[in-house]
Amino acid sequence: DCPGTGSAQAGRAAACQGCPNRRLCATGGAAPDPAEAAELRERLRSVKHTILVLSGKGGVGKSTFSALLAHGLAADEAKQVALLDIDICGPSIPKMMGLEGEQVHQSGSGWSPVYVEENLGVMSVGFLLSSPDDAVIWRGPKKNGLIKQFLRDVDWGEIDYLIVDTPPGTSDEHLSIVQYLSATHIDGAVIITTPQEVSLQDVRKEINFCQKVKLPIIGVVENMSGFICPKCKNESQIFPPTTGGAEKMCQNLNVSLLGKVPLDPQIGKSCDKGQSFLSEAPESPATSSYRNIIQRIQEYCDQDHSHEEKII
Amino acid sequence: LLSFLPERSNLAGVRHILLVLSGKGGVGKSTISTELALSLRHSGKKVGILDVDLCGPSIPRMFRVQDSDVHQCDSGWVPVFVDQDKSISLMSIGFLLEKPDDAVVWRGPKKNALIKQFVADVAWGDLDFLIVDTPPGTSDEHISTVEALRPYKPLGAILVTTPQAVSVGDVRRELTFCKKTGLRVLGIVENMSGFVCPHCSECTNIFSKGGGEELAKYAGVPFLGCVPLDPQLSQSLEEGRDFIQEFPKSSAFPALASIAQQILDGTSQQSS
Repeated sequence: DCPGTGSAQAGRAAACQGCPNRRLCATGGAAPDPAEAAELRERLRSVKHTILVLSGKGGVGKSTFSALLAHGLAADEAKQVALLDIDICGPSIPKMMGLEGEQVHQSGSGWSPVYVEENLGVMSVGFLLSSPDDAVIWRGPKKNGLIKQFLRDVDWGEIDYLIVDTPPGTSDEHLSIVQYLSATHIDGAVIITTPQEVSLQDVRKEINFCQKVKLPIIGVVENMSGFICPKCKNESQIFPPTTGGAEKMCQNLNVSLLGKVPLDPQIGKSCDKGQSFLSEAPESPATSSYRNIIQRIQEYCDQDHSHEEKII
Repeated sequence: LLSFLPERSNLAGVRHILLVLSGKGGVGKSTISTELALSLRHSGKKVGILDVDLCGPSIPRMFRVQDSDVHQCDSGWVPVFVDQDKSISLMSIGFLLEKPDDAVVWRGPKKNALIKQFVADVAWGDLDFLIVDTPPGTSDEHISTVEALRPYKPLGAILVTTPQAVSVGDVRRELTFCKKTGLRVLGIVENMSGFVCPHCSECTNIFSKGGGEELAKYAGVPFLGCVPLDPQLSQSLEEGRDFIQEFPKSSAFPALASIAQQILDGTSQQSS
């Protein structure tokens, strides 16, 4: 049985014989070396709160939620918010933030994030691609390298909230971001799901991943939770919670359910236009759900003072 | 001397291999793979599904065989048969996990090793179609799968998208992947294309409309059709039921049946 790529036994246990990953694990190739770790710590010193947005499942609304969380937190002009998109193959954040076609500029102090507002900066591989047809066909190690650069070379400045949007799964990107961010303090992960078992079965794995790497879970958001027909006002369960939805899963696994968000056609439209759904449809039930969830996340971060006690 | 004779490849009996790709997650790759397999089965074909999504394997549950085990034979792994008549067989990491909620937290090289095994070591026997269901993206799994399948000359790839621009944006990149790897694009499916309220029949375009069709036109590839959101389809997948057999009057049925027919027509044209 694999001891785990992050464990002290990685690459050295009896079970590792014959595993093609053995050398990489044994040489600790996956973890940053001490000099790099120091560099990352220095760069991330001025980040007060870090939130990872995860799922196991694709297409449940991670990027949508990350974008709205960023807008929601940045509504307080006194706060500085950063949104980092580490989905290297499918970077959705530039489009959702209305920043398609923007490029990254270099300065003496590093790469400049692309600013949506004065207090909301964004970074994504999307800004490094010259055409919307460009594919990033990279294996794991190259993706890890770029993620490290995003953390080391981007001049974020002083940030109150760093939000990290991730691709679906439990692989290179997820291991790397947790390892690289160990140089700073991660407040926790927000896990997104939809109500049906096909999603939940992947999300349980993501929760298991968080437990394995000791990443605190702020809570779970159940997205696409019901649809109210605009004409007859009847509700349909398009993605039916056949096994009890996120509510039952959260009860079973003892994690917090932050809220449920219904389907609203305006959400997709706003994402496609690069506008904030919260501003475009302030009266939508989905907007109040999102706002409540964002508030709960803010409260969680405010209570979490342990970063002030971290030993640098 | 006998030990030096080349073994018959496990894919030698497979007539057509096709991949189901997207760039985007959650658009319905596994759903389309499943429904395509069920439709082809109803046309009398023998079908296998190879699920190379190692982090989020959805296929076993969609056929209600998530608790099955994989056995070995002389030629390798025996695929899991969905029912007695053995017309659909599956392979997925889902069958190899001791605890279904355990995360498979593997970096690229380990994923690549298992995918090579999945391609070479599953004793499929004779199949009309092998459908390869993939995770979202253009990374290790995709590169390794295409490389491992190349000697067996896959028929091509079906690309699945939802209508909205955010999805189409990722699928454009997947089209580039296909071009760069020499994988023929059989067509694009626009999934979750509209929802007809079962109470009042009002159609709402929850995830917008038309993006998949426009992309097919832009890229010069066939458009295989729009599949609407259908709660009966979602329910069937949840329960591992045969949607094609049980819900022929359902709103998604015509589109799904048409996709399968276009694939069959394509292969019969090829052989004539």
